[in-house]
Parts: sequence; C-alpha cells; structure tokens
Amino acid sequence: MNVNVSRLTASPVATRVDPAAASNPAASPHPVPPPPGVAIAGAGVISAIGNNIAESLRSFESGTAGMGDITLLDTIHKGQLPVAEVKADDQELARLAGLATSIGGRRTTGSDIGNASTGGNSPGNAHAFPLTTSRTALLSLIAAKEALDEAAIPGIETLRTGFISANTVGGMDRTEKFMEARLSGQGNGRLREVYLHECGAVTEWVADRLGIKHYQTTISTACSSSANSILFAARLIRGGLLDVAIAGGADALTKFTLNGFNSLMILDPDLCRPFDDGRAGLNLGEGAGYLVLVSEKVAATLSCKSEVILSGYANTNDAWHQTASSPDGRGASLAMEAAIERSGLVPDDIDYINLHGTGTQNNDLSEGTAISRLFGPAYPRMSSTKSFTGHTLGASGGIEAVFSVLAIRHGLVYPNLRFQTPMAEQPLVPETAFLKDQPIRHVLSNSFGFGGSCTSLVFSKQQR
Amino acid sequence: MNIYIRSAACISPQPTFGDQPSWAATEPNSDNPSWATTEPNSDQASSSTPDLQSDRLTCIEPDYKTLLDAKALRRMSRIIRMGVATANDCLQQAHQKEPHAIITGTAYGCLEDTGVFLQSLVERKEQTLQPAPFIQSTHNTVGAQIALMLQCTRYNNTFVHRGASFENALLDAILLLKEGEAETVLTGAVDEITDTSHAILQRFGLYRHARAGEGAAFFLLASQPSPTDQAKLDGMTTLYKPGDTKTVENALRSFLEQHDAQPDLVITGTNGDNTNDQLYRQLAAPESIFAGKNLLSYKQLCGEYPTSTAFAFWMAARLLKEHKHRQILVYNHYLGIHHTAFLLSAVVQNKPE
Repeated sequence: MNVNVSRLTASPVATRVDPAAASNPAASPHPVPPPPGVAIAGAGVISAIGNNIAESLRSFESGTAGMGDITLLDTIHKGQLPVAEVKADDQELARLAGLATSIGGRRTTGSDIGNASTGGNSPGNAHAFPLTTSRTALLSLIAAKEALDEAAIPGIETLRTGFISANTVGGMDRTEKFMEARLSGQGNGRLREVYLHECGAVTEWVADRLGIKHYQTTISTACSSSANSILFAARLIRGGLLDVAIAGGADALTKFTLNGFNSLMILDPDLCRPFDDGRAGLNLGEGAGYLVLVSEKVAATLSCKSEVILSGYANTNDAWHQTASSPDGRGASLAMEAAIERSGLVPDDIDYINLHGTGTQNNDLSEGTAISRLFGPAYPRMSSTKSFTGHTLGASGGIEAVFSVLAIRHGLVYPNLRFQTPMAEQPLVPETAFLKDQPIRHVLSNSFGFGGSCTSLVFSKQQR
Repeated sequence: MNIYIRSAACISPQPTFGDQPSWAATEPNSDNPSWATTEPNSDQASSSTPDLQSDRLTCIEPDYKTLLDAKALRRMSRIIRMGVATANDCLQQAHQKEPHAIITGTAYGCLEDTGVFLQSLVERKEQTLQPAPFIQSTHNTVGAQIALMLQCTRYNNTFVHRGASFENALLDAILLLKEGEAETVLTGAVDEITDTSHAILQRFGLYRHARAGEGAAFFLLASQPSPTDQAKLDGMTTLYKPGDTKTVENALRSFLEQHDAQPDLVITGTNGDNTNDQLYRQLAAPESIFAGKNLLSYKQLCGEYPTSTAFAFWMAARLLKEHKHRQILVYNHYLGIHHTAFLLSAVVQNKPE
C-alpha cells in the first residue's frame, strides 16, 4: 500500500458527517451528489446454519435455527447454555478449507511468532495445517475462499487485491488452552497454541493461504467489526487504492466470550427471541462472512455481472457507555441515517432491515427506538437473522452482509424466529415467515457493538 | 492535498509526555545512534533506579489525577489511561474540543484486562466471574473511552493488524481527510506489556538481544494548516513480507522518487538484535539507499513492540517542529513481516501579515 498525500485530491468537506446537517440536508453548504456504489462480485459464509451459501439458504427456507447444546467447547456451561456452533470440528473445518492436516508438526520456534505463514507448519508444505491453528482462522479461510471462488475475477493475480478482515478475540480458542496448561501447573503451555493469538495474526494466516500480499488489515470494534471491514474496503476501492477487496470477518466460539457474556448476564438459557417483549438475552454463535468488493473497472470484466452494490455506509459512536446502548439509540440513529443518506436514498426506499437484533433487553429496545424514530409509522420488513445463527460477534456484520446481498439477489426476506409479542415500549413487528419472490431493491444492515460502535451498511440492486 | 500534524502527544519509556524541555533539548547525532541523554525507564515503573540489564522498558506515566476525571480513571486499566491521556493532551495542544474522527491502532489490545479475565476464568473454573475485565478487554476500548470522554458520536475505528496497526489507523485517517468526511482526525496507537505477555514473548525469543517496549501516542491530523502545526505528513508506504532486501530497497527508492524527497534524516527501527538489524545494515551499505545518510535509531528509547512506529512518528514530528530537519524518512520493519516508511516534512511558517 502506497500513499502520496500531495497526489491525492481532497474532496470538498461534506457536512453530511455532521449529525446536525445530516438531519437537515438542505442546510449543507456542499450538497454532495450520491456517489456510485461499490460492486459486490462474490460472497461466502459459514455459520451454524450452513457451511456455505446454499446450505444457509436451505436453513432459512426450512426455518431451521443453528442453536443447540454445546458439543465442541470444554466448558461447565455444556447443557446449560445453548450456542450456535458450526457443525464441524477443527479437522473437518481444515478439510473444508482444503488443508492437509499434520498432527504435531515441527517444534514451534522463535521465528513462528513473526511468521504466521509457517507457524507450526512443516516447512515446504504450505498447506499443511497444525491442529493448533485457531478455529477462527479456519472459519475465516472457508468463507473467504467461497467468496473468492464465487467472484471468479479474471486475472486477479495482476490486480491490487486486499484482504480486510475482522475478529474480536483472535486465536483466543487456543490461547485459553495455553493458559489452562500454564496456570494449572501442567508445564508452561505450548507456544504453538498462541502463535495466532493476535487478531492480526489470524488475518495474516488466512491471507497467506489466499495468496494475498498486496494489502491486508484487521479491524476490531467488537460486534460491528466486520461491518467496519466492509465499510473500509469500499473506501479503499473508491479511493483508488485497491481493485479488489475481500472484506468481512470471523469469530469462533470461545470460553472467553461465552463466560464474558455470561458474567454480564445477557445470555438467554433458552433460544434467543430478538425484538420479542419476553426476550431474555442472546445466544452466542460462530462463523465467518465475506464479500468481494470490486472497482468499476474490475466489475466490467466479470463474466457473471454483479447484481448488488454497497450503496451506503456509516460509522458512528453512541458515546453513552462502554457496553450499554443509549436508551434513545442515538449512535444507531446516526449510523442508519447517514448510511441511507450516503446511498442517495430516503428511509422509505429501504425494503428490508437486517437488524442487529441480539435479543438483549438493551440492544433491541435501543435499536427499536432508533428505527421507529427514523422509519415510523411506515416500516419496511425487518428481521434478526441472529435468531438462526446466534450472535457471531466479530463475524456478525460480515455474515449479515452476505445475507443482505442474498436477500437482494434472490428477493428474500428471512424470518425472525420465535417472535410472539411486540416490545411494550416499541411495538415493532418483525417478519416471521420466509418470503420469496419479493421486490427487494435496498437492504439496510445494522451492526452495533461494545464501545458504542455503530455501523450501518446499505446494499442496493444494481441499476441497469 | 496536504495533511498537517496539528499536535502530537506521547507516553513512552522516556519523559516524553507534557512539557519536557530536557528531552526536547537532546540533540540527535548521526555519529552516535544510541542517542539519549536520559536512560530509558527499565523494568517496573515503581523502580526508582532503572535496571539497564532488563529486557523490558516501561512507560513513564504522568499523574493522571491532574489530567482525567477521577471517577472515570478508577475504572481504567493502564493502557486505557495511557491512550486517553495522550488523546486528551493532543486535543488540548491543538485547542480542539472534538475531532471529526477517532482512529486507534493496537496490536495486542487491552492485554491486562484480557489476562485478568482469562486467569479468573481458569482459576475459578468459569464460576462467579466479574464482568469488568471482560468489558474492558475489547480491542476498541481505548477509542471508545476517548469518544465517551469527548461525547464524540462521530467515526470511530480500531485497527489490530500486528506491526501495521498504527499504519492502518493512519491510512484510514488519510482517507477520511481525502474524502472530505473529516477536517480533523485524532489517530494514534497504544500497546502495553504485561508480565504474562512478556513471559510468553520472551519464550518466542524476541528479547534475547532486543528490549521489549510499550507506549501510547496520538496525533491530531488536519487537512487545513493551523498555527500549532508540528509537521506535514507527505506519504506512507507499507510492504508485507517483501522476501528480500532488494524488494525493500526498490520500494523505498520508488517511494522517495514519487515524492521527489531528499530527507536529511532517516529514523530507523534497529533494535540491537543482529538478525533484525541486518536489513538496516544492508540498506546502509555503500551504494545502497541509506548510504551516507544521516541515520538515527529510535528503539533504544521506546523498545521493540508492534506499534513502535507511532513513537517514531511522534519523534519525527517533534524534531521537525523544532526545525532541526527539513524532511524525515522513518523506516521500520516488524519481525521482517510488516515494513513501514513514513515521510514527514517541516511546515514552512507563513509570516503573519
């Protein structure tokens, strides 16, 4: 990545980012024409409802949620808290990712911390995979590969391609095993279990296997992480710095996050009920979701033309509390409003909202309040696909972006499972049936997280 | 377009925070690359006599009680305090109440809180855990706490890409300024050492010949000039696993050519480890790109860590502010994986009319 500041042409400062001006576009001294969107050339997803796009769509149609008893994590919460696990152990994931497994591998050495491409692998066998590789990395590789395969970009090796990924806890699934050994006095823990501890190390490991060298980065803004990686990818393409960007994120279930959310007392001991009055918390999930974004020039070379563009995006902050959302959902409002405005649309144009909808008291009320202020009284269809996948944290923005793109491609609205009673304070009614053949032109996807991070994305049908 | 570094603040193992005339007076000297009149603050902050044999440098922290709200302070871990204090100081220097964006880089994130939660999870066998360390372990906590302090509802992002975390925060800031989405961006990087992280990284052999470091640095970048400007950011280039010295050298040559740049100082990331420093030596060999250049190392001051380039950026801005140089190239590589070059230049002062 190379930036020469003097050669960059600055756009006039848009007052759109000013919340005051956003609510009153007429007051803007520099009305900005709606910018062209960024074409989506491919998508890939893995979660508890499927290892790929086709399986996920089948689960949506049959109304089959991915939650169940814990089978893979070694935790005391087994049988107590439902989670949405990807239905494959690490070996099976490695197979799905096209990796040969090598049990043991050579001894992990000092250079491995600095070398995610060889860490724990036998030299000379680029695709060998040690069983200590983080599950997050495996999930990430599987979904990113599906997205790249689907995009089938001609001559990609000659293009400036970037991998923009996200996660919240890096290789924590392995680090916690390392710490168990270390703290229980069973030796010092094996270094090969922490070489992917850092969030960025997971991205590097995957990028090396995708053969992406030109540019890569990792974003971590809690539960909005991968929505931000898609936002950032679009800006890198629009800024002329990349031709192709694989953007999204991944997170595996870990004891760290399971116990973290449990200590906050926001895990529902039953299956979650987003936007329902009786909602009692979220279910944790895992997975990965990626989109392939391409420049106009690259989009023109695709044999299978892109049907969907990312037309709008906005990142704001609630600035209210480290974990809780503001009662009036100010960050959420600002994000939705600015994303819709950037896409050159008005709220009425939105056909479907893929809600953040975690199922916690706080999120759903805050998000619902922001939605009723912005959209009421004529609401678009809306649903939380977390009622299928659980909350996949750093992966959720990416996974739900993929679902949003699929909603436009196939004219779908996904059901919000287990919804019965509207919230007393904000009686919004999400869609409860799987709808096909819908005229879905514009989808709003919300992702909000700890630290007040709020990101909204708008996807639109490509105009021809 | 131009990008101005309106202000800069840094907490490091050196007395870099606040008014530090003694530090500012130290003169870089190319004949003596281990430039520093003050010895780095080794080992524990509590230790009054620095242990020069230690493989770990610890930040000299200010008295936060005079800088931050006491109630908020109680809940903040060390990395959050360092980040929030530098961000705050940066805004005060520039007389700016609220930036148009807050962008943070951190390779390791909030290690202390992560470690505390992980340890109690193991020791208490997943029972009766306190949520506070989990809440504060999230990688975007520093950026979030800055937003909370300023009540800033604007753009907020956090990059966690190992030795390119600060570089990516900077890239995001440059883009926002270019897009006209922001006129001022508060951007910086934070990383902390904990006893646990240090023990683990030691086992990887990272500090056999180099010293570990940590620090926080924030900058207010702006698209318009102001009276407080310290320096200008001319450009940046990053490389991932370039493989050989020739590739690095070519990239640096073309970077300098593109900018028509003739830096009169090159700040480099040598850290005392022979393997690590070999690349810098090759680049300074006769006829190589740094041959005959005025070279200055920086890691003897701040130690080795993935976002140490934020310290180097701070140092470059400081030297340019004092008009000791016209233009400075910063070149660093982190474990040979992430390579970074920044080009900064002095601001030509317009005479008041």
